[in-house]
Amino acid sequence: MNHETLDDNFQIPPPERIGAERGSLTRIVQEMVFTVDHKTLGLMYIASGLLFFVVSGLMAVMIRIQLAVPRNHFLDPDVFNRLFTMHGTAMVFLVGMPIIFGFANYLIPLMIGARDMAFPRLNAFGFWVFFFSGLLLYFSYLGAPGLYAAGSAPDVGWFAYSPLTAKAFSRGHSTDYWTLSLLLGGIGSIATSINIIVTTLCLRCKGMILGRLPLFVWMFLVVAFLVIIAMPPLSACQIMLILDRYCGAHFFDTQAGGSAVLWQHFFWIFGHPEVYILILPGFAVASEVIPVFSRKPIFGYPVMVAASVMIGFISLGVWAHHMFTVGMTSIGNTFFAISTLLVAIPTGIKIFNWIGTMYGGKLRFELPMLFCLAFLFQFLIAGLTGVMLAIAPFDWQLSDSYFVVAHFHYVLIGGLLFTIFAGLYYWYPKALGKMPDFKLGLWHFILFTVGFHITFFPQHISGFLGMPRRIYTYDAGRGWDLWNLISTIGVFFQVIGILFFVFNLIYSYVKGKKAGDDPWDAWSLEWATTSPPPSYNFETIPEVRSRRPLWDLKHPDDPDWKYE
Amino acid sequence: MPGPPDRAGLIQQKKAWQFWNRSCRPEGDMFSGLNRIIFCVSRRIAGAVLWLVLAAFACSPAYAQDGGQMRPVADMFQPLSRPAEMIHSSSMLVLAITAGIFVVVTTLLVYVVWKFRRKGPEDDLKEPPQIYGSTHIELAWTVVPILITFVLILVTSRTIGEIQNRKMPENAVQIRLVGHQWWWEVHYPKEGIVTANEIHVPLSRRDGAGERPTELILESADVIHSFWVPQLAGKTDLIPNRKNRTWIEPFATGTFFGNCAEYCGTQHANMLLRVIVEEPEAYERWVQKMKAPVPVPQAELAAQGHKAFYANSCVNCHKVDGTNARGVFGPDLTKLMTRQTIGAGVAPLTPETLHAWVRNPQTLKTGCLMPDMKLLDSEVDSITAYLLTLK
Repeated sequence: MNHETLDDNFQIPPPERIGAERGSLTRIVQEMVFTVDHKTLGLMYIASGLLFFVVSGLMAVMIRIQLAVPRNHFLDPDVFNRLFTMHGTAMVFLVGMPIIFGFANYLIPLMIGARDMAFPRLNAFGFWVFFFSGLLLYFSYLGAPGLYAAGSAPDVGWFAYSPLTAKAFSRGHSTDYWTLSLLLGGIGSIATSINIIVTTLCLRCKGMILGRLPLFVWMFLVVAFLVIIAMPPLSACQIMLILDRYCGAHFFDTQAGGSAVLWQHFFWIFGHPEVYILILPGFAVASEVIPVFSRKPIFGYPVMVAASVMIGFISLGVWAHHMFTVGMTSIGNTFFAISTLLVAIPTGIKIFNWIGTMYGGKLRFELPMLFCLAFLFQFLIAGLTGVMLAIAPFDWQLSDSYFVVAHFHYVLIGGLLFTIFAGLYYWYPKALGKMPDFKLGLWHFILFTVGFHITFFPQHISGFLGMPRRIYTYDAGRGWDLWNLISTIGVFFQVIGILFFVFNLIYSYVKGKKAGDDPWDAWSLEWATTSPPPSYNFETIPEVRSRRPLWDLKHPDDPDWKYE
Repeated sequence: MPGPPDRAGLIQQKKAWQFWNRSCRPEGDMFSGLNRIIFCVSRRIAGAVLWLVLAAFACSPAYAQDGGQMRPVADMFQPLSRPAEMIHSSSMLVLAITAGIFVVVTTLLVYVVWKFRRKGPEDDLKEPPQIYGSTHIELAWTVVPILITFVLILVTSRTIGEIQNRKMPENAVQIRLVGHQWWWEVHYPKEGIVTANEIHVPLSRRDGAGERPTELILESADVIHSFWVPQLAGKTDLIPNRKNRTWIEPFATGTFFGNCAEYCGTQHANMLLRVIVEEPEAYERWVQKMKAPVPVPQAELAAQGHKAFYANSCVNCHKVDGTNARGVFGPDLTKLMTRQTIGAGVAPLTPETLHAWVRNPQTLKTGCLMPDMKLLDSEVDSITAYLLTLK
């Protein structure tokens, strides 16, 4: 075995190309509109996701202000109901989905040694469809009353249980904005997922067999399959809802004999895989960041892959755990409680493997690692409250209470958003060529983590004390006052943390230190090209012989391929 | 000076202990053979854990027999009724197990992060030993979660069966609860009583003879609502076009608070429910009172109000037994003044709030389906006076 052939394949381009060809504003806009480059599209996905994140985050701030004290008159009930509907819908469909697709778009071709995604124009199509679906949803604030109807933005909750969405109970067009926006967004998601699957399966560089695929790519492969399976039921029930509302169909119209529970089955057959669609990318980022900053390979690679695939499979059979209260038979409830509890097994294995990766390493507490460590702790809590919710009898108490609100914010913020931050700080030098500022990032980390726990931990307790979710006000003396006040105070820590984050993104781009090709001393292929990478990614397509091609390159005396 | 030991608490702990250790013969046919043996063992372990947790937190519910006590804090860990008690005991086990996992994994995480942190620049010179995995360790941390999951599955299946398959005795009180945007319609089909937003039920006793649970048939007139009184029972939804059922069996008197727990539109927040548990005799008195006819008002103002009530469109939506008011869209007003609150709990029912409501319900409960009737001041006064006689 000689290493010379391997070395020859890694011709790292000269660094002076960094930052070249930066044009005027019109040139940038023109490039954004016409681009089919996976990196530009990836950044556009992430940027628009962050934009929607700020907007719907501010909506959450208003929700919390209203709930700070009992019988508050800050918001009217209708305004409040619109806010939580838009906050939920936007955070799932316009923040979570695009940001993870942004990561996938940007990184998968680089990680597997490809020049672009398999279908670059489909990729651009997916982005623009998503982007306009988001604008359509927010346009409802202006458009819905303008078109002769009562109401404004959608106010039916993000899972829009029928028959609240029927013409009789949701007059006007606000629900139609919600329906059409999700229908449109679903098309974009499916397009992107097809692209991810084809790219991963067909465009890998020489030597990149599936067994050497970075875990990041593996998990996105599972995510893409889940999207393709889960999205069509959502689109189907949106179409059925439109037929109900405008063509006199009666799928969900209970006043004409339709079934309200049918909608819930359709929605959650999409909705539960959706949760894993959102959290697996979090796992993907953690599986890249933790090994690099522990200076060790991931512990139990094959088991991690198997656990991800298992989570994907099991997640398709657990949807009715959102419906324990609809009065299913005891057999039905038992089945879904069991299938849900099974998810805990592969998820537990993953957490242990990450800890196993750190064991015996030399941990470097850079920004991405800090966010990943917080993720591990918070996701542990989220997983355990998830186990509580899986116990159907316990769920009869907890379901639709603030405990559930706390649980899924621990999953989606504590789990997903923290790993998104980790990923943004980790790949920021690759994408923009500058190092993110550590001090600003540390302030972001501390304020956001503290604020997150102050906001969401008390909500477990108000849930235990019988506070239902989605109420715009409550009476004093129910035992909820203190917990809600604490929760609202925490929000402001988060807001300041986010200000540091946004400032850091801009400040580091202007004033940050140059990053170089491989600032973290990492091992996957994206670090083998320049920062930012040229439009063709690699001058010559690399060839890999192990799961950590750059480790082999840096340690020719002790390469991985000898042991795998 | 040390006070007397918390007797109620000790009794509760003992009961919980007995619950987990009574003869290992779970009702229902879901268990047999090996399952039953494993279930016995797991329940004994669970019993021990539960005992420890209960002893440690001493958060045992107090079973006082204080009639009419307000219980606004709907703490699900202070159940005063079946099935909330049954949920409570299995949830304590789940809490104990998850707390155990949390402590173990967090300790491990903190230890690893502290032990293997980068100690200085000298750590950057050499990479640590590269370990790729270990089949034995993987196997260990796969099998242990599987075993824990298995225990949880058994406990869950058992509790689900016990609660959902409970047969109601002959003497059970029957209530038909119909959800509306945004109030509760309450029927007692056996007694022929109709009321709203407040449910009266008799106290049950643990001995066989005094056992008197209440069965609730849940329906909805418009969208989905959910019945949830945490100290009495978990949630069950009220779904249009569907009959759900649940049951409660309270062992303490008082007024229990609950909320609609499924988002149902504008005033979901003000769709509150009260369950008033009374001694059996007091409950019978309440039933008799509800059945007694309402006399036609004699006082001048109330008599005027009586006329005004029937001359306006009030009767299109509201019903008063024994009169021509037969509307079905709004709450039945026959015995209005027996209730504690107005507007499904938005305010206490007093002459002042009633007056404000008759003047314009939208000021008290924005968006509720009763419109501002634009009554004359004199009509508001007289109708309020009339409504005050409905008791």
